[in-house]
Amino acid sequence: MGETLIQKIMARASGNKSVTPGEIVTCDVDLAMILDSGGPRKIWPRLEQLGVGVYDNEKVVVVADHFVPAADPQSAAILKLTRDFVKKFDIKHFYDMEGICHVLMAENGHLQPGMFCCGGDSHSTMGGAFGCYMAGFGAIEMSGVVVTGNIWSVVPETIKVDWSGSFGDGVAAKDVMLFLARELGMENAFKVVEYGGPTIRDMSMMERMVLTNMAAELGAETGLIAPDEITLEAIRAGGTEPAADALEWRSDDDATFCAEHSFDASTLAPQVAAPHKPSNSAPAEDYEKDQIHVDQAYIGACVGAKLTDLHMVASVLKGRQVKSGTRLMVAPSSKKIMTEAAADGTLATITEAGGLILPSGCGACAGLGAGIIADGEVCISSTNRNFQGRMGSNESFVYLGSPYTVAAAAVAGHIVDPRELLS
Amino acid sequence: MSAVTGKAWVFGDEINSDVMAPGIYFKESVEVMARHCLEAVDPDFAPNVQPGDIVVAGRAFGVGSAREQAALSFAHMKVGAILAKSYARIFYRNMLNFGVPALIFPEADEINAKDEVTVDAIAGTVENKTTGKSYSVSPIPEHLMEMISMGGLMPYLKKKIDAGELKTGAMPR
Repeated sequence: MGETLIQKIMARASGNKSVTPGEIVTCDVDLAMILDSGGPRKIWPRLEQLGVGVYDNEKVVVVADHFVPAADPQSAAILKLTRDFVKKFDIKHFYDMEGICHVLMAENGHLQPGMFCCGGDSHSTMGGAFGCYMAGFGAIEMSGVVVTGNIWSVVPETIKVDWSGSFGDGVAAKDVMLFLARELGMENAFKVVEYGGPTIRDMSMMERMVLTNMAAELGAETGLIAPDEITLEAIRAGGTEPAADALEWRSDDDATFCAEHSFDASTLAPQVAAPHKPSNSAPAEDYEKDQIHVDQAYIGACVGAKLTDLHMVASVLKGRQVKSGTRLMVAPSSKKIMTEAAADGTLATITEAGGLILPSGCGACAGLGAGIIADGEVCISSTNRNFQGRMGSNESFVYLGSPYTVAAAAVAGHIVDPRELLS
Repeated sequence: MSAVTGKAWVFGDEINSDVMAPGIYFKESVEVMARHCLEAVDPDFAPNVQPGDIVVAGRAFGVGSAREQAALSFAHMKVGAILAKSYARIFYRNMLNFGVPALIFPEADEINAKDEVTVDAIAGTVENKTTGKSYSVSPIPEHLMEMISMGGLMPYLKKKIDAGELKTGAMPR
């Protein structure tokens, strides 16, 4: 009987010939990514308590991205502790204010199909776009991983989600995920979502990474996309040669899935999720009658400020101005993306339209840094979560949309279907 | 880990990690974080919850972020057990790693706020002393029983390391 991709990955990582969904296995961890937020500051005291070091200083990767750049003495102290940890434990891969962790793993060739990776952040699922297992864990569990180099897992069942057809203008991967959050709900815990079909094959890696990133919003263990030539190109661009067996990491044709869904991308409209959860979504045009005034339009986070996202924003803003009474803030996902967007004129288009460029980092998305919002304010955001209080005040309101939709709201001053500005 | 009896605090579906541990208090200590736990949905909870009290919730409890503070706040407040219809994956793992039993409890709607509830996570029983109803629940998964009965992941690792049963790196000088 055929096996799913996740079965193959967990069989290899656990040293078994094959594994079946529901089985409990202990997997060796090929990469353990920890962050300033829940990494060294939580893990170091536990290592002291246990009197041990890290299991492998090549495989434990540290990223400072949540509290960057330091805006108060507490953040500064956390970042200093993070840097001290890297020195003390001789960590070989450290990214300090280079961008958001999930994007950095992709940019720097850390991910290969078939790997088993753990990250100390729920959107670690983003790495699954490379055909590897990468999932989020809490700091307590990452403490265990950093000590032992392994972790228990229940082999997940797989939900297969296939897309065919081409997106219309002004529709992007983000709309797929806001649609899927409504269709599949947020309660798919301990299951894997594997995306496939012609639409996915035509997507760039940056767009594919939106799908696996927001598998977290479906509540899934992780998202997976089987590798192809586009994946291999992205690995090479990160300075790593793809493994010889890279393209063999895929679900068998006769694998068993716990559910299978097929959707048509050509009929998908831009989507917006209303407060306070990503699954609370509807087509963007449904919001127009309410003329929902937007105080802030935010382009940021791992999921929503990659180069492709900034290009979407610029395509809407070109020759237009941000509406008076609305502010547009853009925090590119990484330093590399910032540099590329500066070189190709994208940042100039944004600033000429009245947008403000912020440093790369998790920032306002998680209510941690520059750009948080006040009581009664409304923000439309290209980020991935809109839980109550997520971006600051408990009494604020966050809507989620694609970069097109966020940029369109910045221009209109209220939530609109972005296609009106692209035609 | 023995049976625990406490007052029930009842929450609905899809209570997320951000309301359990708001990002704006992220840099603060666990004491401060715990004070703001769930304040957006029930401001009475954090100031009044007592050690041993039972948290009852609906579907996808803890959905969202990996932040351990969401689970750590409940452990810090010495919540006796959590009974939810279902859990978000990372939150569930965090809860067990902090040694707090999190049990799947489909009959959560039958428990009202302030009911007196006894939970025995080892035996897999729940008793609502206020209504007189008893329930059997799936106990903690067997492979985690040893860890949880020892109080969570840290005491478990400590014991394994001290016994020489775990290979790991050395603490640098």
